[in-house]
Amino acid sequence: MRLKQYKPVNFIIAFFIIFALWQMAAMIIKRPLFPPPLAIIINIINTFNSDISIHVFYSFIRIIVGLLFTLAIGIPVGILMGYFKKVDLILSPIIYFNYPIPKIALLPIVMLIFGLGDLTKIVMIFLITFFPVVVNIKDEVKNIPEDVFYTMYSLGATNIQIITEIVLSGIIKAILTSLRIGIGTAISVLFFTENFGTEYGMGYFIMDSWMRINYIQMYSGILILSMIGLFLFILIDVLEEILCPWR
Amino acid sequence: MVEIKNLNVYYKNMNKRVKVIENINLTVKEGGICAIIGPSGGGKSTLLKVLAGIIVNYEGEVLINGSTVNPKIHRIGLIPQNYGLIRWKTVEDNIFLSTKIKDGKNNIDLKFYEKILNELKLKDFVKRYPSQLSGGQMQRVSMARALLLKPNLLLMDESFSALDAMTRENVQKLFLEVWEEHKVTTIIVTHDIKEAIYLTKEIAIISSSPGKIVEVIRNPLFGRLNMETEIEYIHMNSNLRKILKGDS
Repeated sequence: MRLKQYKPVNFIIAFFIIFALWQMAAMIIKRPLFPPPLAIIINIINTFNSDISIHVFYSFIRIIVGLLFTLAIGIPVGILMGYFKKVDLILSPIIYFNYPIPKIALLPIVMLIFGLGDLTKIVMIFLITFFPVVVNIKDEVKNIPEDVFYTMYSLGATNIQIITEIVLSGIIKAILTSLRIGIGTAISVLFFTENFGTEYGMGYFIMDSWMRINYIQMYSGILILSMIGLFLFILIDVLEEILCPWR
Repeated sequence: MVEIKNLNVYYKNMNKRVKVIENINLTVKEGGICAIIGPSGGGKSTLLKVLAGIIVNYEGEVLINGSTVNPKIHRIGLIPQNYGLIRWKTVEDNIFLSTKIKDGKNNIDLKFYEKILNELKLKDFVKRYPSQLSGGQMQRVSMARALLLKPNLLLMDESFSALDAMTRENVQKLFLEVWEEHKVTTIIVTHDIKEAIYLTKEIAIISSSPGKIVEVIRNPLFGRLNMETEIEYIHMNSNLRKILKGDS
């Protein structure tokens, strides 16, 4: 059971080991570029409300809105491609052609179209997470055994009934898996895009601290960014436990 | 009553039209139970898909109670080879699904549902998922789903073939008990001669591709237990084998 893996004790042990190694390395290296974790944690506690929280808020909202857009468009497209052969025949070449394009290379174009504001960051998250979500969901729909569909056809079920009764509930796991993959890439691309046209967001905060040679603040940002990822990963695992009890 | 008249079915293979079923004529009376037995690739499953309304492009007539088979009009309970259970739904949700689709979720006959659960000994499993069930239990769930529909026609496609010998015997016995209770017109596709003799009153032998009905035999041994040593069974079995071998 995945949830059992997240016992607080396990977390505390894991953090303690990482931070102990880090602390020892920092004490040996003794350079400002590699501050000890204790100093970083103290800095986070002291400056979170005044300096960091606004950046966390902006980054978090951008990730969530970007992923929601991906799900809102990716799920229907994936289902239609998986369920209707003709839709798959039409859309597959388009999806496979666009999937390998490094989306970060599209940033200048996205910035030209959507400006320097939040929308650009959200669109970039959408672009980078949309394709794996679609492909994953399409494959999951195709993996539903034919027998299941035959039973539904023999009942005279409509396509809408089949999609709502069978397909939607059957792809929840694929959606959550896609989200798990999407979060990692979303955070990476967000870090990059937040260096352009904004003064808020963890990407901006980390690079700004680096340029001001405030390494403790920079590391605080990196640690918080990873904590955002961790929180979202745990959230997805909890959702999976609730929504996929059949696993 | 099910009537199949001059049925021909084709499928397309590389722009060629391949005949899978040739001129099949078969009648199964109301409350009858008939086996379709034959070699693999003989079009048995295709015939079942036609009867289930899954294949709609065919020549000839397929009638249920006088009207052309149509899953939107008729109540067809299908038990596929791998049971067709949805692994992300509980046993209860799987059983309800057929009636939910056909009549809406507010029109499920809960008394009848309880009766079927008792008959098929499924009461203890309703909250489980298919992955938590044995093959025999899954088969019974699939049966319950089909029966809750109160079908005009029950179709079974090699439904017992995945079970081990002991479980198969138990489930077949249980199936006959339930069938005697409900007397649903039933067509069973199988390649197992013993199963056909034990479970059905009529046995239609289908030839290899294109599938044709070679002979329809009335089976007096229907439902008889421990018949393997009886002379009638040995005769029937060897007769069926001869017909099947003669074709292949």
